[in-house]
Amino acid sequence: MAETQIYKYTPKDFKSDQEVRWCPGCGDHAVLNSVQKALVELGIPKEKFAFISGIGCSSRFPYYMDTFGFHSIHGRATVIATGVKAANPELSVWQITGDGDALAIGGNHFIHAVRRNIDINIILFNNEIYGLTKGQYSPTSTKGLVTKTSPFGTIEEPFSVGELVIGAKGKFFARTIDTNVALSTQIYIEAAKHKGTSVIEVLQNCVIFNDGIHDTIADKEVRDDRTLILKHGQPMIFGKNNDKGLVLEGCRKLKIVKLGENGITENKLLVHDAFEPNPGIQYMLANMKYPEFPVALGVIRSVPGPTYDIALKEQIEGVKKTAKIKCMDDLLMSGSTWIVE
Amino acid sequence: MTKKSEVIEREEVVIRFSGDSGDGMQLTGTLFSDTAALFGNDISTFPDYPAEIRAPQGTVGGVSGFQVHLGHSEINTPGDFSDVLVAMNPAALKANARWIKPGGTIIYDEDNFSAKNIEKAGYEKDPIKEEKLESYNVIPAPISTMVKEALKDLGMDPKSVVRTKNMFALGMVYWLFDRKLQYTEDYFEKKFKNKPGVAKANKIALRAGYYYAETIEALHPTYKILPAEIAKGTYRNINGNTATAWGFLAAAEKSGLELFIGSYPITPATGILEELAARKDLGVKSFQAEDEIAGICTSLGASFAGDLAVTSTSGPGLALKSEAIGLAVMTELPIVIVNVQRGGPSTGLPTKTEQADLMQALYGRNGECPVVVIASSTPSDCFHFAFEAARIALEHMTPVLLLSDSYLANGTEPWKIPAMKDLPKINPPFADRTTTPFLPYKRDEESLARSWAIPGIAGLEHRIGGLEKTIKGTVSYTPENHELMVNLRAGKVERVANEIPDLKVHGPISGDILVVGWGGSFGYLITAVRELQEEGHKVSLVNFNFINPLPKNVKEIFRKFKKIVVCELNSGQFADYLRIKHQEFTYEQLNKVQGIPFTIKDIKEKCIKMLEDK
Repeated sequence: MAETQIYKYTPKDFKSDQEVRWCPGCGDHAVLNSVQKALVELGIPKEKFAFISGIGCSSRFPYYMDTFGFHSIHGRATVIATGVKAANPELSVWQITGDGDALAIGGNHFIHAVRRNIDINIILFNNEIYGLTKGQYSPTSTKGLVTKTSPFGTIEEPFSVGELVIGAKGKFFARTIDTNVALSTQIYIEAAKHKGTSVIEVLQNCVIFNDGIHDTIADKEVRDDRTLILKHGQPMIFGKNNDKGLVLEGCRKLKIVKLGENGITENKLLVHDAFEPNPGIQYMLANMKYPEFPVALGVIRSVPGPTYDIALKEQIEGVKKTAKIKCMDDLLMSGSTWIVE
Repeated sequence: MTKKSEVIEREEVVIRFSGDSGDGMQLTGTLFSDTAALFGNDISTFPDYPAEIRAPQGTVGGVSGFQVHLGHSEINTPGDFSDVLVAMNPAALKANARWIKPGGTIIYDEDNFSAKNIEKAGYEKDPIKEEKLESYNVIPAPISTMVKEALKDLGMDPKSVVRTKNMFALGMVYWLFDRKLQYTEDYFEKKFKNKPGVAKANKIALRAGYYYAETIEALHPTYKILPAEIAKGTYRNINGNTATAWGFLAAAEKSGLELFIGSYPITPATGILEELAARKDLGVKSFQAEDEIAGICTSLGASFAGDLAVTSTSGPGLALKSEAIGLAVMTELPIVIVNVQRGGPSTGLPTKTEQADLMQALYGRNGECPVVVIASSTPSDCFHFAFEAARIALEHMTPVLLLSDSYLANGTEPWKIPAMKDLPKINPPFADRTTTPFLPYKRDEESLARSWAIPGIAGLEHRIGGLEKTIKGTVSYTPENHELMVNLRAGKVERVANEIPDLKVHGPISGDILVVGWGGSFGYLITAVRELQEEGHKVSLVNFNFINPLPKNVKEIFRKFKKIVVCELNSGQFADYLRIKHQEFTYEQLNKVQGIPFTIKDIKEKCIKMLEDK
C-alpha cells in the first residue's frame, strides 16, 4: 500500500545531476535547499512529484530537481500545473514562479487558479524586480523604485501578494524569507498537506539587480523586531526580547503594543487563527508593512475547502454511475438513427 | 392522405427557412431536415445566423436562416439557390431574394409585411415587386392571424401564441413536400414533456399550417423527392463540431487514454467544448479556461501527465495559442489543436466561413516550428480526421493542427455510423521502466518520435521545457546541437507522410483541368466537377485533407493534367503553399473572400473559361 509505505529519502535524492547556475549569493539556492528538505518529510514517493515553472531566474528550478519537471513559457506555469493536476490528482504538483511570471504576464491565470482552488503548491519568489531580463521593475516593485525601465522612479502601485490571494478567494497563503530555511521548510510541508491552491510568497533576494531589497526586515540584526512569525493558536508576539505584540483596535485596525505597558499581558494579544474562514484579520496581517508594522511570516491563512481536481473527478464518477452511455458504440447509436436496408 | 393537384418528382430541392433571429428558424430547419433524413433522402444543411444574439428586430442584420438541401441522389452541399424560401418578415426576403431560383416558391407571413416592417427592411412599398418576383410562385399567408385563430381556445398569452408561427410555416412546407408530421410531433412530446400545453400548441400550429396549405391549393406544384440510394447501414445526422468531438472520444477509447479538453468559448468552435463537457459519461475532463492561452496550456499540462489532450478554437484564439504550440513542438508532447475557421482578420466575421487561416496554421509561430496540419472536408468526416489527428499526435509525439470551418462546424449531413471495432488501435510510444535511464529526446529510428514518460512511474523522472535540449534533456545552446534538433523535429513531421493515404482523384486520372481544393470546400467542388464531367468535360478533382506533410503522390497526379486551378475561400494561400512545395507546376486560382462558400456556378464558370482559353 502506497499510503503506509515509508520512503526514506534524504534531500540528496531530490538533487538532479544538473549544475545549479544561479548567481552566487542568490536567494534561490536557499529556496531549493528548503524545498528538498521539505519533500523528504512528506511521505510521498519521488515519482509522484511534478515541478512546473514558467520563465525567469527561479523558473530554472525544475532542472535542479530529480523529479518530473516541466520548464514552460512565461506566465503559463500556473495553467500547465493546473492541467497536470486536473489530469492526475494523485500527483503532488508544485509551481515555481516569480513576481513577474505569476503576477504580470501570468496574472490572469494566477487569480483563476486561486479561485478554482486546484490542489497545487505555488512558490512565488518575490524579489520585486525582473532579474533574467536584467533589472526592470515588476508588479511588486515599491512605488518610486528606480530601475532600467523606470529611470525616474515607478509611478505604479505594487501588488501585495497576500491581498491578491485573499481577494481571489484564496484559501492558503504563507510568507517566508529565502534565508530562513527552517521556517521555509515547515511552510512547504504545511502547503503540501493543505488541499487546495497554496500560495507561498518567498521574500527572495536578487543579489545583482535588487540586492538587499528585503534587508530592512530580513537582516539578522533587525529581523526579530521587524517581522512577526505567525503560528496557529499562538499569541502574536515579536521583538528581540519577545516584548511586543498585536492587538485589535476598535475591531478594525491592528495596533502594536508593548507587553507590560499599560497593563498589557500576553492573554490580551491577538491569537493567530489560520483556519478562520473569514479573512478579515488574516487580510490585515498579510498587508502589514514595515516600518508601521512588522512583516508577517508563516502560514497566514489555511482554510479547508473543496478543490477543483477532486470535484472534477467526483463529477465524472457521479455522472458515470447513472449514465446510459458507457462506451463509444453506445454514444454513436444514441438519439435519432435510422436504418437503410 | 391528401390529394395533390400536381406532383412533380424532383431529384433534389433546396429550401431556406428565414426570419428574425428570434423566430426559431434554426429549429424549424433542423426538424425539417431530420424528417427528410428519416424518410431516406440524402441531405446537407447549413445554418446562417447573425453574430448578434438578438440583432434589432425586423432588420436585415438580424436575419437568421437555415438551408436544407435534400435529394434522391448524393448531396454534397447545402445548395446555392433555393427552390423554396420561407420568409417570416420583409427583412428575410431582402436578405435572401437573390438566392431564390428563377420561378421558385416564396412563402411569406403577410401579417408581418406591415408598412413599418417593409420600410425597416429597406423596401419602399411592395417588396415582391421591388425584387421583381411577381412571376415567381408567391404565396402570402396570414401566418400570425392563423395561429392566433388556431390557438384561441388554449388560453395562452399572446407572446407564446406568436412563438408557434414557425411551426405553422413548417406545417405548410411539410404539405408541400408530402412529409409526415409524426417525427416532429414526437419531438414536441419529448421536448415539452413537462409542459403539455406548449407541446399541444405547437402540434396544433403545425397541423394548422399543414391543412392551410392543403386548403388554399395555391401551393402547386408540390414536390416529391424519392429516397436516395445510399449504402446499407445505420445512419444519423451529424454536424462538424459534434463529429469532431466524437472523433476525439473514439481516439481516447482506441488509445486507452483519458480525454482532456482545455478550451475557451469562441464562435464557431464552442460546440466542440460543449459536446465534450456533456460527455462526462465517457470520462471526459473538460476544463473551461480563463482564456485561450490557458485552454492550450492546461491541455499541454494534461498531455505531460499522460492524457489525450485537445484544445479547440477559432482563428483569433489560434493566434493567442501560438506560443504554447511552439512549446508543444519543443517539448514534443502530443496535442491536437482544432481551429474552426471563420472570416478574419481580427474579430472579422465570427459566424461566417472562410479558409484563410492556412498560413497561420502552417507558419504562425516563432522559430522553425513545424506541426502536422490536417483539414476536414465534410461535416461527417470531421469524425475521421479528428480521430486521425489524435492518432498521429499520439503515435508521433507531435502537436497536430486540425482545420475545420464554420461551414463544416454547423452544417449537417447523414452519416453512416461506424463500429468502434473497425477503427484502428492507437499505440503511443510509452516509455517504461526498462528504458531507464530515460533519455527524453531519444527517438524511434523510423518515426523519429521520442517516447512518452508519464509522471507517476518510478525511474522515469525527467525534465522537459521550452529551452533547446540535448538528447539527454540537458539545456544546450551549442550551435550544432540546435541545428540537429531543428532538423530532427522537422524530419519527424515529414515522416508522417509515410503513413497517410495517397491523394485520391475524383474522375479520370488525366485530363484538361485538375480542380484542386482543400478542406471544407469539397462539397461544392465535387458537385461542380461532376456536373462538368456529365457535360463531357475532362475535369477532375483532388481535395487535400493532409496539408503538412502533403501526400506523396501529388506530383504524379498533377503532371497528368494540362491545367491546374486551386480553389479556396481565401486570397490564394494553398496555391502559394503548393508553389513552395511543388514549384514545377503552374497554378491558376479561384478565390472568394466573402464569408460564404463557393457556388457551383462560380466553379463551373471558372473551369469553362479555362477550357476556352487554350
